[in-house]
Amino acid sequence: MATMNIIQAVGDALHVAMQADEKVVVLGEDVGKFGGVFRATVGLQQAFGDDRVIDTPLAESGIIGAAIGMALYGMRPVAEIQFSDFIYPAYDQIVNELAKYRYRSAGLFPSPLVIRTPFGGGIRGGHYHSQSPESVFAHQAGLVLVAPSNPYDAKGLLLSAIFADDPVMVLEPKRVYRGPDHGTNWGSHKKSEVPSGDYRVPIGKAEVARPRTGRGIAVSLITYGAMVHTCDKAAELAAQEGIDVEILDLRTLVPYDLERVAEAGRATGRVVVANEAPRMCGYAAEMSAVIQEQCFDWLQAPIVRVTGWDTPFPYTLENDYLPSPARVLDALRTVAHYR
Amino acid sequence: MTARTAQNPPELASANPSYNDFEQNTTSPFPTLTVGATADQLGLFRVLSPDGKIIQPDSDLENGTGVSDADALAMLRSMVRQRVLDDRMLALQRQGRIGFYGAATGQEAGTIAAGHALELRDWIHPALREGGMLLHRGWPLWQYLAQIFGNQDDTSTKGRQMPCHYGSREFGYVTLSSVMATQMPQAVGTAYAMAMQHAAPDRPICLGAIGDGATSEGDFHVAMTFAGVMRPRGLGLPLLLYVQNNQWAISTPVAKQTAAPTLASKALGYGLVGARVDGNDALAVLRVMRAAADHVRRGGVPVFVEAVTYRVGAHTTSDDPSRYRDERVTQQWAALDPIERLHNYLKIRGIWQDADLQALREHSDEEVRSTLAKVEQVPPVALETLFEDVYAKVPPHLQAQLAEARRYHAKAQ
Ligand SMILES: Cc1ncc(C[n+]2csc(CCOP(=O)(O)OP(=O)(O)O)c2C)c(N)n1
Ligand SMILES: [Mg+2]
Repeated sequence: MATMNIIQAVGDALHVAMQADEKVVVLGEDVGKFGGVFRATVGLQQAFGDDRVIDTPLAESGIIGAAIGMALYGMRPVAEIQFSDFIYPAYDQIVNELAKYRYRSAGLFPSPLVIRTPFGGGIRGGHYHSQSPESVFAHQAGLVLVAPSNPYDAKGLLLSAIFADDPVMVLEPKRVYRGPDHGTNWGSHKKSEVPSGDYRVPIGKAEVARPRTGRGIAVSLITYGAMVHTCDKAAELAAQEGIDVEILDLRTLVPYDLERVAEAGRATGRVVVANEAPRMCGYAAEMSAVIQEQCFDWLQAPIVRVTGWDTPFPYTLENDYLPSPARVLDALRTVAHYR
Repeated sequence: MTARTAQNPPELASANPSYNDFEQNTTSPFPTLTVGATADQLGLFRVLSPDGKIIQPDSDLENGTGVSDADALAMLRSMVRQRVLDDRMLALQRQGRIGFYGAATGQEAGTIAAGHALELRDWIHPALREGGMLLHRGWPLWQYLAQIFGNQDDTSTKGRQMPCHYGSREFGYVTLSSVMATQMPQAVGTAYAMAMQHAAPDRPICLGAIGDGATSEGDFHVAMTFAGVMRPRGLGLPLLLYVQNNQWAISTPVAKQTAAPTLASKALGYGLVGARVDGNDALAVLRVMRAAADHVRRGGVPVFVEAVTYRVGAHTTSDDPSRYRDERVTQQWAALDPIERLHNYLKIRGIWQDADLQALREHSDEEVRSTLAKVEQVPPVALETLFEDVYAKVPPHLQAQLAEARRYHAKAQ
């Protein structure tokens, strides 16, 4: 057991996986000698050599295309896309190739591989170092999408992803890489305790990040990634106003934990869904739709979405774009007091 | 050099160079088995003249051609079978019995001879017209036809893809997608995995096949870049990139795809080895591809081979080429038929006769007809297959959707 931030937890998972199975290779831009722009792959090339930790040319469709070919021939590639904003040159390889390979080949050619990519805003990255692409990829049957919010899940989900039989995209919450909510330290967070060696966080299982206390008006708050921490702050404030919030951290976005989501909807009948990405056809829209399909008779209030605006992700005004604790709090109030 | 301006447009190379326009090279299959050769050194390698005569016999080589009679006969059999099969499929499509077909008519040498140069452990990432390679490897004809019908026996795609999207893991032929050029970076990755799992010189290799039009896609460029740069175990990738330049991409001639002097010359800019071969000359294709395969198997720099041929038929069954090209040129190329050429060569060698060709055609036709009769009877795929193989296991949301789809299945039929 050691205290780690998300970067360290990711690096640790990669070490464990590469040690366990020589079929695991890591490839991407600057991942080798340098250890990645976020330093997640530091030390890997020194440990496992440059044939298994590959500095690729600067071409995302080549990274994913080559990773697919490797996976078809039995390797377990972990491709890093430096920022999820730069994934689109590989969009075709992901959507038309990776996602459909098992299906289009009648199961003959599965291509299980992992795409790790940092997503989300809050690092003063402007349009192109801040976006959240999850709904674009959630729409692609055949892909698994996970988004950890803390070091423990980051390692456990990545290990599950690397040894999964399906292609998995791991969206890493870069704003909280080094500490929750702009912090630089994960130290006091209970999920910063990371076991050594191999352990798995199951794909497809959500987790309660903050339980209800049983005091006050019960509200369910569904979210994932860095927003878990924004929501936690909002829940803290809400508690002072007599609103009793359960935060459900989805962890897996596709295929999501429908049972647990529906349970949350039924338990409180008052639901807020929060995501950073734009509202239009965003992930929160899927959550809202499924909850009203599954829990209509239990609902006490309309489901409220808290999301980024339907604009490109801005630079100087990013704190106005990102859902803040205050915005989440207002949504919690709205559903809590709806009559 | 004159400046290129709107008033003074560059003269475009003729869209359809005549056969004799190509600079000929009859001496070495690999004039440029070196990195850094210049574009004009990439002459077109030829062994046979169109009438099947050896242009320049090499007494050091078996039969003066470097190709054994057994190899030549094996190729001819598959080429004829391919022609018969293609003709039959085109007829079937006109009768509305199949939905689509992309034939390799006129490209049988480019397809079969390139496939013949490989070993069975080698893998192929194909483009549209390489299906004959898979049959040539021994894949059963009924599976080929079942894929075209998309019925229960379709082991390639379970009826999920259009015709011509064959695949077989056993025969090392990766199931095609319809998307141009995506297979090329994947072929690089497959070759990389091969190099990691098998030591040179005795290792499997991977062939990535593409059409001339698709060489304009970004993925082609990316693949060429990666192919040169990636050197697992300090060696070149066991990788052949192979373009069948049939001079058309639907209605677009190759001169509108690139201003490069030849497609093969593109190899040079990526630090790869380039070679150019007469794609209607099976012996030449085999020689070049064998030399290339041997070179990359041992760890040499990956080779990009251009086989120059011609799409004498329509692009697919949904196309009418008379709307965009001069079919007199097509007739000229049709006269350079690769089957005729190989047939004549074998006749000259004295081991083959016109009657043999006729018998081979009849045999292939009978085989196709009788297999077709069986395959056409196979029932359609079951509804469950719609939800299988999206993921390794059918997840709960797809189980629920299957239950929903079942309720309407009868009505959908
Ligand atoms: C990315 C993409 N764009 C367009 C198409 C439509 N399309 C199918 S075949 C084709 C032409 C291909 O020409 P070429 O690469 O020369 O291969 P050929 O058909 O001549 O064998 C086009 C444009 C496609 N399948 N994929
Ligand atoms: Mg073409």
